[in-house]
Amino acid sequence: MSNSHFVRTQMLPPQKPPVGETGVIKWMRENLFSNWFNTLLTFLGLWAVYALVSGSAPWFLNGVWTASSVDECRAIIAASAGEGASGACWAMINERWHQFMFGFFDREEYWRPLLAFGLLFVALSPVLYFNLRRPTMIMTAGAGVVLVMLLWAVGTDGWHLSLAAVLMAALAALAWVAPKKLLWVTLAFPATAFFLLWGGSVWAPIGVMLGFGIAVLVWRSLVSVIGVSPAAGVAALTALIWWGFVQGHVTGFLANALPFFSLPAEDSDRFGGFLLSFVIGVSAISASLPIGILLALGRRSDMFLIKTLSVGFIEFVRGVPLITMLFTASLLLQYFLPPQTNFDLILRVIILVSLFASAYIAEVIRGGLAALPRGQQEAADSLGLDYWQAQRLIIMPQALKVAIPGIVSSFIGLFKDTTLVALVGLADPLQGVTKVVKADIAWKAAYWEPFIFVGAIFFIFCFSMSRYSMYLEQKLKTDHR
Amino acid sequence: MKKSVFLGTLAATTVLSGAVFAATLDDVKARGELICGANTGLTGFAAPDANGEYQGFDAALCKAVAAAVLGDPTKVKFVPLTGETRFTALASGEVDLLVRNSTWTYSRDTDLKFDFVAVNYYDGQGFMVKKDLGVASAKELDGATVCIQTGTTTELNLADFFKSNNITYTPVTVVDDTEAANQYLAGACDAYTTDASGLAATRATLADAENHIILPEIISKEPLGPVVRHGDNNWGDIVRWTYYALLIAEEKGITKANLEEVAASTTDPETRRLLGLEGEMGVMMGLDNNWAKNAIAVSGNYGEIFEANLGTSTPIGLARGLNALWTQGGLQYAPPVR
Repeated sequence: MSNSHFVRTQMLPPQKPPVGETGVIKWMRENLFSNWFNTLLTFLGLWAVYALVSGSAPWFLNGVWTASSVDECRAIIAASAGEGASGACWAMINERWHQFMFGFFDREEYWRPLLAFGLLFVALSPVLYFNLRRPTMIMTAGAGVVLVMLLWAVGTDGWHLSLAAVLMAALAALAWVAPKKLLWVTLAFPATAFFLLWGGSVWAPIGVMLGFGIAVLVWRSLVSVIGVSPAAGVAALTALIWWGFVQGHVTGFLANALPFFSLPAEDSDRFGGFLLSFVIGVSAISASLPIGILLALGRRSDMFLIKTLSVGFIEFVRGVPLITMLFTASLLLQYFLPPQTNFDLILRVIILVSLFASAYIAEVIRGGLAALPRGQQEAADSLGLDYWQAQRLIIMPQALKVAIPGIVSSFIGLFKDTTLVALVGLADPLQGVTKVVKADIAWKAAYWEPFIFVGAIFFIFCFSMSRYSMYLEQKLKTDHR
Repeated sequence: MKKSVFLGTLAATTVLSGAVFAATLDDVKARGELICGANTGLTGFAAPDANGEYQGFDAALCKAVAAAVLGDPTKVKFVPLTGETRFTALASGEVDLLVRNSTWTYSRDTDLKFDFVAVNYYDGQGFMVKKDLGVASAKELDGATVCIQTGTTTELNLADFFKSNNITYTPVTVVDDTEAANQYLAGACDAYTTDASGLAATRATLADAENHIILPEIISKEPLGPVVRHGDNNWGDIVRWTYYALLIAEEKGITKANLEEVAASTTDPETRRLLGLEGEMGVMMGLDNNWAKNAIAVSGNYGEIFEANLGTSTPIGLARGLNALWTQGGLQYAPPVR
């Protein structure tokens, strides 16, 4: 019996796909050369990239890092790359980086803004990562390491360096043991940063913070007796009385009695460069979010007066350009104040930039509120939550989540807008400091270098903010998609 | 130097235009600090150096005034002001004195209610061209493209000049000086026009300075000087005479180096009055009698300040020209101290 049928007893090995259907070639065929038009675009694109790189690479590669003037840069480039070669004169940045970073801040005191900068990240970590232990700890420790490196790079003396290192190590340990406790660092940060940056007696910022403490105490003791809004009103009034009439005497007395807790005072006209951008940006960002939330709620309120005021404020502020606000800050306010009042220009700018940003944030948050179904509010009502509880527990968490991309892009825009303060004579990094540096005849001929340097630093910070917002969106994605 | 003065006008017409800032001197003394409005950064005239200290031709005058009034040249705070903010800052009392390359014009003097108390630099608008353009006079610039800063009186001067000479040009407008220089170098325009001092500073930084020439024509008058508010004449006198003291010092050959020696040995009556050795000159203005000596001690006489910041020994290399003393054919002339 012939064995005529055939039964395969083992599987054939799978054949390799055709060369054109696999790996890089498949990817290129599908994405770059799928038809004649895309092929053409691909070649155009390649040509553009080549032209850009070949045009700018020599300029970057010939860059000179140590020289005392643009002329010297030119001589070095001519010597190394031949006559007529072009090259970047990074020596300008090398010589004047401290002005781009710190403006005219006292060079001996650079540890102060840097420490404030490091503490900023510690203060942000519990807010950004909701008291999650690992990321909070990583952020705090990372900020500590970077801070110590920066402090070392600007040549801080050993005493302040070790002080900062010990402080940051303690905070990192705290972040590991009790991440929630870091919120106290966040709350104390405004006063700490103010003290570090402006110096003077430590008692003045403590006095201001005490005002908030008093307000919270009053509110806590009254809220169950007279309700939320009246309690808030009384608390605010008490705090105002403290700040307006009492604080000056108390802190003045303490400053005289215990004068050793103080740092050399630094005038705000010494602020400039990225230090100025950060002071304005961070203050305006952190002030505009709560104000924006209140304005957005006010705009949706049923109470006529609150609604009108909110709408009026938002529409007025959004109706005028930021530059108008800056000119108001720098010029007009001076007319409304008594002659010879010295109301700090940076403070004036921070206040108006915060108001400007909060109007935009309010509209972004209102967008988030509008995205919520009505049922959410009704559900909160049916649970017997009062207005503030409903907002805090039900409405805002959802609305803010929807509004994240808008909020973050407002913040990024605000941070970049801080360069506009050059128009009122403040030394922003892009125009103000660049102009100061280029007024030195040695660096007058430089053109691209400061723009590229400042642009790169702005990119790093704005890109980080944008990545964080993507992380946050990813993390909070719990909904209907 | 000549940006539009809308905000300044606004300032001058608001409520406080009539308000009296009568006693600037008292304010300065009480404060213990002179607040001086300065340029945000202009080569040779005023800019913070690598240590953040203001230096330059205009800054030196502020320091001299501080020394005359308070006896200490470091008791001065410089407030950087832009072209738009400078006049309002002065009118609103934010600065005591404005030394920011401001051109003395009729409307600023009258309508904006300021006093230009002196002219510390006679400037004027000029042209820079590339040598190979083959032009020797601005009148040969027919049909040329000219790089110019927008919103300045330079723009108007330029139009006037070409119109009165019956020639045509194409303006290439740019926002600021650096941009203008960059456009000029890139070949976007044949000629670059701004104040002659600015042209000299720009030319000094070019890689091939010898291939660029500044044309001989100066097409406008730009008398730059310190400015104070109307209505406080005593303060105006102090600034004016501090400046004149520097001029007289140059005329009499008093320098920073020989100041003490001259003070000890001089028999010239005017020098003795100036240095407070005779008479009660300083007291007449409410200052110490050695006000002028203090002012001269800061950075020397006018000629020394000029040479140190703008003169031929610096890379900018400006000649004295109109800014020479009257005894040397210039316009700098101080009335006698008597």
